[in-house]
Amino acid sequence: MIKSLVKKGEYFDSVSLMIVGKDVAQMDNVLDATVVMATQENKSILKTAGLYLDEFEKYDDTDLLIVIKSDHEDKFDEIFENVDNLLSEIRNKKDDQGTFTPKSLDGAIQFQPDSNIALISIAGRYAGAEAMKALKHGLNVMLFSDNVPLETEIELKIYAHANDLLMMGPDCGTAIINGIPLAFSNVVNRGNIGIIAASGTGLQEVSSIISEEGFGISQAIGTGGRDIKEQVGGIMFISSLEALKNDENTKIIVLVSKPPHPTVLKKINDKLKEISKPVVSIFLGADSRLVKEGGAVAAKTLEEAALLACAISDEVEISKVNEFLEERRTSYGSIVDKEIKKISSGRKYLRGLFSGGTLCDETQIILKKDIENIFSNRASDEKFALSDSWISKEHTLVDLGEDEFTVGRLHPMMDFDLRNKRILQEAKDKETAIILFDLVLGYGANIDPIGEILPIINKAQTIAPDISFICSVTGTEQDPQDKNKVIEMLEKNDILVMPSNAAAAEIVNLIIRNINK
Amino acid sequence: MSFKKLFGKKVEVVNIGLDSFKDDLEKQGEKVINVEWTPPANIDKNILKILQDNKVIIEAANEKVLEIILNGKPYLVGLDIARNVIPGMKDNLLLHSGPPITWDRVSGPMKGAMIGAIIYEGKAKNFDKAEKVAASGEFDFSPCHEHETVGPMAGVVSASMPVFVLKNEEYGNYAYCTLNEGLGKVLRYGAYDSETIERLKWIENELYPTLKNAVEFIGKIDLKNIIAQALHMGDEVHNRNRAGTSLFYRAIAPAIVQTCDKQDVVAKVLNFINGNDHFFLNLSMPVGKVTLDAARNIDNSSIVVAMCRNGTDFGLQLAGTKDSWFVGEALVPDALYFPGFTKDDANPDIGDSSITETVGLGGFAIAASPAIVQFVGGSANDAVNYTLAMYEIAFGENNMYQIPYLNFRGTPTGIDVTKVVEKGLTPFIDTGVAHKYPGIGQVGAGVLSAPMEPFIKAATGLAEQLKTK
Repeated sequence: MIKSLVKKGEYFDSVSLMIVGKDVAQMDNVLDATVVMATQENKSILKTAGLYLDEFEKYDDTDLLIVIKSDHEDKFDEIFENVDNLLSEIRNKKDDQGTFTPKSLDGAIQFQPDSNIALISIAGRYAGAEAMKALKHGLNVMLFSDNVPLETEIELKIYAHANDLLMMGPDCGTAIINGIPLAFSNVVNRGNIGIIAASGTGLQEVSSIISEEGFGISQAIGTGGRDIKEQVGGIMFISSLEALKNDENTKIIVLVSKPPHPTVLKKINDKLKEISKPVVSIFLGADSRLVKEGGAVAAKTLEEAALLACAISDEVEISKVNEFLEERRTSYGSIVDKEIKKISSGRKYLRGLFSGGTLCDETQIILKKDIENIFSNRASDEKFALSDSWISKEHTLVDLGEDEFTVGRLHPMMDFDLRNKRILQEAKDKETAIILFDLVLGYGANIDPIGEILPIINKAQTIAPDISFICSVTGTEQDPQDKNKVIEMLEKNDILVMPSNAAAAEIVNLIIRNINK
Repeated sequence: MSFKKLFGKKVEVVNIGLDSFKDDLEKQGEKVINVEWTPPANIDKNILKILQDNKVIIEAANEKVLEIILNGKPYLVGLDIARNVIPGMKDNLLLHSGPPITWDRVSGPMKGAMIGAIIYEGKAKNFDKAEKVAASGEFDFSPCHEHETVGPMAGVVSASMPVFVLKNEEYGNYAYCTLNEGLGKVLRYGAYDSETIERLKWIENELYPTLKNAVEFIGKIDLKNIIAQALHMGDEVHNRNRAGTSLFYRAIAPAIVQTCDKQDVVAKVLNFINGNDHFFLNLSMPVGKVTLDAARNIDNSSIVVAMCRNGTDFGLQLAGTKDSWFVGEALVPDALYFPGFTKDDANPDIGDSSITETVGLGGFAIAASPAIVQFVGGSANDAVNYTLAMYEIAFGENNMYQIPYLNFRGTPTGIDVTKVVEKGLTPFIDTGVAHKYPGIGQVGAGVLSAPMEPFIKAATGLAEQLKTK
């Protein structure tokens, strides 16, 4: 039996509700439960989940729906009371800061008049309006939210450009401004390398490697993934270039992105011609000849881009970077042999489970050079698109941060549940040879990745002792999770940890080719 | 701030959304302020656009309205019988709280109070007969607000009832309100039994003439001044009127002693006022009314001049939309209930007393009233935060009514409907709770946030008026 309690005009953010919902689902006598705002999207989710009641029709975005499924009719009152308590706990926790929490941007600026960045992560359909308010107040904006309409993005960026403001995003997860990591970002050294990125995890990987190499970041600006599309026209990319060109603390510029639309690429190249500072570009999957026109050094991987920037910063020949990478590749032999030995015959497929979308893309690009039939929910070729993201097929690379996985759930960098389940699912598959995964550290990400994932890997290793587990860790030793400690724990548990995402992909490439010979 | 100036400067972040982003920045020792964001009201985008496009016009009108509110000089100038002074009052008219309503839709407590008033007026002897009279159409019903009057809870005023007469000396307009009956079985909560009626008769026959003479003797009493002092003494003059009542008592008592020669009446009257902490509510409310009525009919203003409930509907009037009512469903308050009662017993919100919030008192001034924070979550901090939140939807700040704790900052004054809909934040109202059935009375006291619907309608009404210009 399904019963509901509706609280009109009681707004809670989705993260709080997810936490409450999780607790409610685990209560005694509860078969299924959901606690959501009555948005159109949530209502359709309720319909598919079989938790929809006709009366919900009349409620909207600002009304809270508590829906409980239980076999115990006499327990509903008690359950609803418990839910009430959970909600008021969450609310009180927020109110209990001792200080006033303003209800709006205006109110916040009154309390903190020197505010200079608005970090916005509310639902996409509201985020644009808030971002515009922030810009009009003269604030730079980092817009984390996705699902912001394209025309809104364009409007925001045109306004920001005209007023010399940063409009990072929508869908911008990472930025480091004046050394301060915002949202999903790593704690990096300060230095003379400036980064402009249309990819959040790409930016994390590049900035972390630079920092771990002993070099540093001046500014790292995220533009949001759509900035380089034809319609947006790289407005933010170009104005970031202008900003870094004029920033005296930035001596080297790194560009991180998927291949920009040709018209945008042309604008970028034109802009690069005005810039005398050395520029390294990593346009993942782009023809390197195209990007050389503006005078940038083109890298093929995120790691290479980071190392090239370091070399320039260190004033050594950039050819040294390729020499180093080549040399490393030749040293893989014994590691490859060791991993192959673990894998029983009959096991032949790679299962890559990613929390970082760009890391998934990069792996795909590195593997595709030599291996066919790599399926993914982010396949560039329709032919290799997974028909069902929840089920792997032959070699599979899944980005668990894609929409189909994150509806009503936190991002996999925060909430490991879904990937953990998938790891076990892959371990049970007799054809799985390698489970490859990324761990992204830093602010925003789960504070205890080892505690989350290691018990699951151990369980998977018991189910399938003859699988190779390979991982790369994006982050720095200054990150709250401490990269060195994370790596140590992984290695202790017989997981091969590679120094970068690209290196992990390269070694996987070698192993797969060897076992399928 | 241009990003050219951002680089190298200390980052100060406004975080709107995930709390963890704020926590992370705080851990790094960075300056960050969280916004407790709520979605804007569910309102037509075109309406919002009209309001934004006309921002300058609206704000100019609002400045005018705020000036009138701040300049108001509310005085108690006398007492009289409703029939003699309230505009449009007649023997077969019942005034009631909130927006207009018909007999078939009245809530329990309103019904009880109307029946009580019919019995009080001698038009029926008991409940059943009075109910027939009420349903027969013999009486007209009309909102207090349309007759320069306000009434707490059911707010029923009939022709024979004595009323306070207030005058806004700056603008010359008047307002009226009945005398507070105290707690227990009282008409305003829907009681109609003989105890209730007898008290009303005593008010008419002894309290009223005694007070009338005393006020006449004094001339006039400056109520704005009393309220300003009461706020410094822990009242917000809606749910707490102890200081206001005490100050009024100090003002009136000597005059009562001097003007009344019956010692037993003096004692009874003084004891009655002294024993009723809410006596001053029926003065703080018409202070709001007489102050805000002066600000009506200022074209294009988005400031609320009346916000009231009749136990069924919640209604608004704006300074810029003449006599139009914008109405939505009244909600059941979150309350502390008296022993033996629960939320199931509660009637939806009722009364004109939210005129106090409308003029910058009550819930808007609750930071001045730490003694009643149990209504708002228990800590003095909660009360302060409620007042601070109301600054976000107020057009201005009061010049006379101040919050000591906030360094004597003026209370948030002048509810701006455009801010309410843009921020998705409605006024916060202190309130008493009536039982949903007639005759039972008060079951609790608490607070609630006003429903959004009437504000959306009011914003829409204003926008449509602007569009046709």
